[in-house]
Amino acid sequence: MPQLNVNGQTREVDVPDDMPLLWVLRDELGMTGSKFGCGMALCGACTMHLDGAPVRSCVTPVSAAAGRAISTIEGMASDRVGQVVQDAWIENNVAQCGYCQAGQIMTAVGLLKTTPAPTEEQIDGAMGGNICRCGTYPRIRAAILQAADRLAQGDE
Amino acid sequence: MSTTVQLSRRRFLQSSLGALTLAVTAGGLVTIVRAADADSKKYGADSMPGGTVDDPLVFVSIAADGTVTIVAHRAEMGTGVRTSLPMVVADEMEASWDRVQVVQAEANEARYGNQNVDGSRSMRHFLMPMRRAGAAARQMLEAAAAARWSVSVSEVKAVRHEVVHQSSGRRLGYGELAADAARQPVPGTEQLKLKARADYRYIGKNQVRLVDLEAIGKGQATYGMDMRLPGMVYAVVARPPVVGGKLRRFDSEKALAVPGVLKVVEIPAFQGAPAFQPLGGVAVVARNTWAAIKGREALEIEWDDGPNGGYDSADFRKTLAEASRATGKTIRDNGDTLSVWNGAAETERFAAEYYIPHLAHASMEPPVATVQIKEGRAEVWTSVQNPEAARTAVATRLKLKPEDVKVNVLLLGGGFGRKSKPDYVDEAAIVARAMPEGTPVKLVWTREDDIHHDYLHTVSAERLEAVIDKTGKVRSWLHRSAAPTIGSLFAEGAKGQQLFESAMSAINMPYQIPNVRVETAEVAAHARIGWFRSVANIPHAFAAQCFIAELAHRAGKDHRQFALDLIGPARQIDPGDMADTWNYTESPERYPYDTGRLRGVIEAACQGAKWGRELPKGHGLGLAFCYSFMSYTATVVEVAVDEKGQVRVLAVDMAMDCGPQINPERIRAQMEGGAVMGLSLALTSEITFEKGRVKQSNFHDYQVLRHNASPRVIRTHLVNDDHDLPPGGVGEPPVPPVAPALCNAIFAATGKRVRSLPVGTVA
Repeated sequence: MPQLNVNGQTREVDVPDDMPLLWVLRDELGMTGSKFGCGMALCGACTMHLDGAPVRSCVTPVSAAAGRAISTIEGMASDRVGQVVQDAWIENNVAQCGYCQAGQIMTAVGLLKTTPAPTEEQIDGAMGGNICRCGTYPRIRAAILQAADRLAQGDE
Repeated sequence: MSTTVQLSRRRFLQSSLGALTLAVTAGGLVTIVRAADADSKKYGADSMPGGTVDDPLVFVSIAADGTVTIVAHRAEMGTGVRTSLPMVVADEMEASWDRVQVVQAEANEARYGNQNVDGSRSMRHFLMPMRRAGAAARQMLEAAAAARWSVSVSEVKAVRHEVVHQSSGRRLGYGELAADAARQPVPGTEQLKLKARADYRYIGKNQVRLVDLEAIGKGQATYGMDMRLPGMVYAVVARPPVVGGKLRRFDSEKALAVPGVLKVVEIPAFQGAPAFQPLGGVAVVARNTWAAIKGREALEIEWDDGPNGGYDSADFRKTLAEASRATGKTIRDNGDTLSVWNGAAETERFAAEYYIPHLAHASMEPPVATVQIKEGRAEVWTSVQNPEAARTAVATRLKLKPEDVKVNVLLLGGGFGRKSKPDYVDEAAIVARAMPEGTPVKLVWTREDDIHHDYLHTVSAERLEAVIDKTGKVRSWLHRSAAPTIGSLFAEGAKGQQLFESAMSAINMPYQIPNVRVETAEVAAHARIGWFRSVANIPHAFAAQCFIAELAHRAGKDHRQFALDLIGPARQIDPGDMADTWNYTESPERYPYDTGRLRGVIEAACQGAKWGRELPKGHGLGLAFCYSFMSYTATVVEVAVDEKGQVRVLAVDMAMDCGPQINPERIRAQMEGGAVMGLSLALTSEITFEKGRVKQSNFHDYQVLRHNASPRVIRTHLVNDDHDLPPGGVGEPPVPPVAPALCNAIFAATGKRVRSLPVGTVA
C-alpha cells in the first residue's frame, strides 16, 4: 500500500503498484488538475514533478513515486517559480480550451527551474513533448520568456 | 417574413435566499409563441433548432448585493464564447464586469435558444439577442429607479452598475434596484435603446479576460473529464474496429478477474445509418479508469467486420482520383465550360489534382460523459458542443421525456466538431442503465479510442481544369470534387457531397471567369464522416487556392496581383447568382459575397508579410484566401526548405474580416490557433485505413504540430471592424487558407509543387 507525498501532504492509497500515478491522483485522490490526454507520454497533459523534475504521470507507475516528492498543478500557487509562470499565463491570455495548460505550465516550471534564461531552442526542446491542439504555442512561448524575465528581476 | 418571438407572459420570482432574480419559473410560465410565416424561408438563427431567445429574464439575474449573474447558454470549447456572449450582455446593461458572474446553462433550447456550438455561429446568431437582453435589463433598472424617485425615465441613466438621476446626482446601485426592476415590464424589441458603438465599455475593447482563465492556470477548471460524484464508477468500451462491425462473440471471464473490474456491459451496434449512435461493443465498468482499461485489455472478442471490412485508404485514393476524372453531378454551370475546354489548344489547357486524407479531430480531452439514472430521471455531466442533442440521445435511449433528462455542460477540452456528436453520452447512458439504480458512470474514451473511432474529416480528391490563354486570362474553370459526404452519417449509402458541402469554397467562388462548372462525384463513405473545423472548405480551398497559384505561375504573373485581377473590382455578389447554393443558412441580402472585403484581407495579409520582398535561397512566401462562415480570411506563409526537403514554417500572416470585432483578443487567439491547426493538417496529420481499420492510434503516428515545429511568428491582422455589418464566424474561417498558402510557399521556395497532404518532406 503505497504512501504518497503530494504537494507536501502525505496520502495513503490502496492501488496496484503498476497503476499510473495520473489515475491514482485523478480517480483515487480526486486531484483532477493533471489531465489525461494520451496515456503514452506523448502529449504532456499529465505532467507532474517528481523530486522537482517533470515526469509524464500517465506512464509513471505509482510504485516509482512512493517516497518521492510529487508536485502537481494544484501545488504551483505556493511554488515561487510556479506562481510567476501562472501569472505570466494569465497576462498573456494563453489558454483557449485550457485542457493542456496544466501540463504546459508544469513543464515550463521544470524548464525555468533548471534553465532560468532559456533560449528559443531550449524552449522548443523542453516544451516539444507538450501538445496544444488549440495552437496556443506562440503565447506559451511569450509567457515563458516573460516569466523568465520576471524571475531574473526578482533575483536581482 | 422573419420569425417573431412573442413572450406572452413574463414573470419573475423571489428566491428563497432573498436575492431577487430576474428569472422565469421552472413551471413553464413563459410560453414562446412562434408566429412564423410558413411560406417564408428561414435564415440564420431562425433556421436553427430553438432559434434565438433575447429575454432578459432568462439570461440575467441580479442579487441584492449587486452581483449580476449572466447565463452562458453555449458551451465553451476554447473559442471564448462563455466569456464573450455574457460580456455583450454586461456591456449593454452597463454592468461592471468585476461584479458579473457567469453560470453555464444546462441543455434546454426551448428556454435559451439554439445551443449547438458548431458552424461558427455563436456571435453571428447571438450578438443581437444578447445585446437586446442586456439593453432590456438596463431599461428595466432605469425604469425602477425613475419610479423610486418619481421622475421621468428620461432623466435617469444607467452607468457602471448604478442608475443616476442626472440633475440631482442621486444614485441607486443595481442590487438596490433588483427587486423593483424585476417588477417592471420587459420592454418590447421596438422600445429597446441599444447602445451606440461609442458607448461600448467591453465590446471591441479587450478589457475582459476569459472567465475561466485563472482556474485553468491553477488546475481548478472542471472539464467533462474531471467530473466526480460519490460512488462513481468508470467505464471504457471495446468498439468494433470497423464501422458497421458487430460482436460475433465475447468472453468476459478474464476481464472480470482484473482487480477493480465490476461489470461487463454489451453495447448494441447501431441500426441503419450511424448518425449519433454508439458503434456498439463491450463496456468494462470498474472502480477506476485504470482498472477499466486493464479489464478491457483482458476481454476476448471476435468481431464481424461487416461491409466496410475491406476499406483500404490507399486503394480508395485511386477510386477517388478516378471519380474526379469522370463527369460528375453538375452543381454550378455558367457559360459553356466543356466546349471551351474541348476547343482550347493543348498549350492553353491546364489541369491539376489534389488530395487530402482523412483527419481526426484529436481534441486534447478525449470524449467523456458521466450519467446517473435515478427515480425515473437521468442526469448527465459532459463536455458536448450540442447539449440538446445529448439530451435527446439520452432521453431516446432511456425512454424518458426530455424534461426528465438534465444535461450539465462542463468545459470542453477542445471540440473542433467532434463533440457535436453525442455518441459517447449515449454510451454512458447505456452503461448507467445496466448498473444499480443511482450509480454514476463516467465513460472515458482513451486516445486510441478517439483516433480509431472518430467522426473523421472526409477524404477528398479534387481535380481542377482551366483554359488560360497566352495573355494569362482564365477563360474556363472546372472544379470537380470527389469526397464521401457527411450525409452518409444520416442516410445509409448516401453518395456525393451535399449542397452545404459543395457550397463551402467550391460553388461559391467569385472569380471573373466566363465559363465555370463545378461538379461532385458520387463516392461512398466507409467511415463515419463528420464535421471538422471548417469542414469542406479544407479540401475545396486547398485545391482551388493552390490551383490559382499554379495558374498565376503559368501566366508568369505575381500571385497576389493575379488573384486580385481574377476577383475583380469590389462588388457584392448574391450567392444565388452563382448557382442554387447554400449560404451557411444566412440570407443572401444580409450576407452577400463581398469581393471588396476579400480583396481587403488579401492586401492586409500581403502587407503584413511584406509580400514581394527579397528572400534568401530556399525561402518562399505563399498566399491563399478563403470566404467561409461569412468571414474573409487570407494567409501568407513564409517557409524555409532545406536540402533534405525539411520544411520549416518561419512565419504566418493571417488577415481576417469578420465584420464587427466583438472580442478582438479572442479573435486573434482563434486566428493563431487556426494557423497552427491548419499547419498540422498540412504538414503531418493523416488517418489511413487497412482492412477497414484506422492504422493510427495515438500522437506518435497521428502527428499534430508541436512547439518545435510551430512558427515562432504568427501575425494577425484584423480588417474592417465595421459594426454596421452583421457579424461573421470566427472559429473556423482561419483554417482553410493555411494549407494552400503553405504549399504555395513551398513552391516559391523550391519550385516543387505539393498537391497532396500531408506534406511531410518535400521530395
